[in-house]
Amino acid sequence: MGSFEGGGLPPDDIVVGALRAGDEAMFAALLDTWSRGMLRVARSYVSTDHSAEEVVQDTWLAVIDGIDAFEARASVKTWVFRILVNTAKKRGVRESRTLPWSTFERDGGPFTEFGEGRGGRFDGVAAWPTPEGEALAAEVRVLIAEALGRLPPRQRVVITLRDVEGCSSDEVCEILEISAANQRVLLHRARTAVRGWLADYYESVKQPE
Amino acid sequence: MKRFTCDELAEHLTAYLEDALDQPSRDGMRAHLSCCEGCGRYLEQFRATIKVLGDQPPEKLSAPVRDRLMSAFRERHHRHP
Ligand SMILES: [Zn+2]
Repeated sequence: MGSFEGGGLPPDDIVVGALRAGDEAMFAALLDTWSRGMLRVARSYVSTDHSAEEVVQDTWLAVIDGIDAFEARASVKTWVFRILVNTAKKRGVRESRTLPWSTFERDGGPFTEFGEGRGGRFDGVAAWPTPEGEALAAEVRVLIAEALGRLPPRQRVVITLRDVEGCSSDEVCEILEISAANQRVLLHRARTAVRGWLADYYESVKQPE
Repeated sequence: MKRFTCDELAEHLTAYLEDALDQPSRDGMRAHLSCCEGCGRYLEQFRATIKVLGDQPPEKLSAPVRDRLMSAFRERHHRHP
């Protein structure tokens, strides 16, 4: 049993051994390290914070039940996040049957995403202010959260894993079971859209010279 | 070396940043960026966007859910020691 402060998590075989042995400190460390990213990923598929938390809870319960049967074909993190994505998708589909406005309908949209065109490349090429002031930084954080909420689910989950949570592209491909090229296209569209919204925002707060 | 228009450059920025381009394309991107001010700024904005995305406030499971999961873990071990 150890502390994980600063050093990140130990290698997978140690993690799995500890979980099977009932090491509560290890379980708590995983819970605290991965749950924040899991909440964000769940939110890409479901409609409320409450649902997202239930998805994360159900995922951890499945992990507790399944740890004895875990075969190290993927990393533990990939395995946990795959369970999460499947749980969240199922719940999202269920919710979309009862919600009049499904976020899923937007996923099959045309190739050109919103964010291109408006706020496109050549009208927003002024240098941006650095969000140094705490007030500006806080506003930008709110704007980013809203921007993520406007993305189609597949783009949202990729940009969340990559840019918000800092996963590698290999991890994202494994978790979502998509090709590297597909991952890159989704990430690029998402970044382009978010950049467009940020450009509009910076334009709107620009101080007169 | 491959030549890029400004639009093509913008389309390939993620691939460029991921080091997923072949050598002629990579050289072409670099050459375009070194002489096109607009695209240079666009790349800066793209990088700034990625940076602010990584600056989201941390999230946490609520205390009751965390407690419930810790007890579920404990109970499982008592069932299968
Ligand atoms: Zn250019």
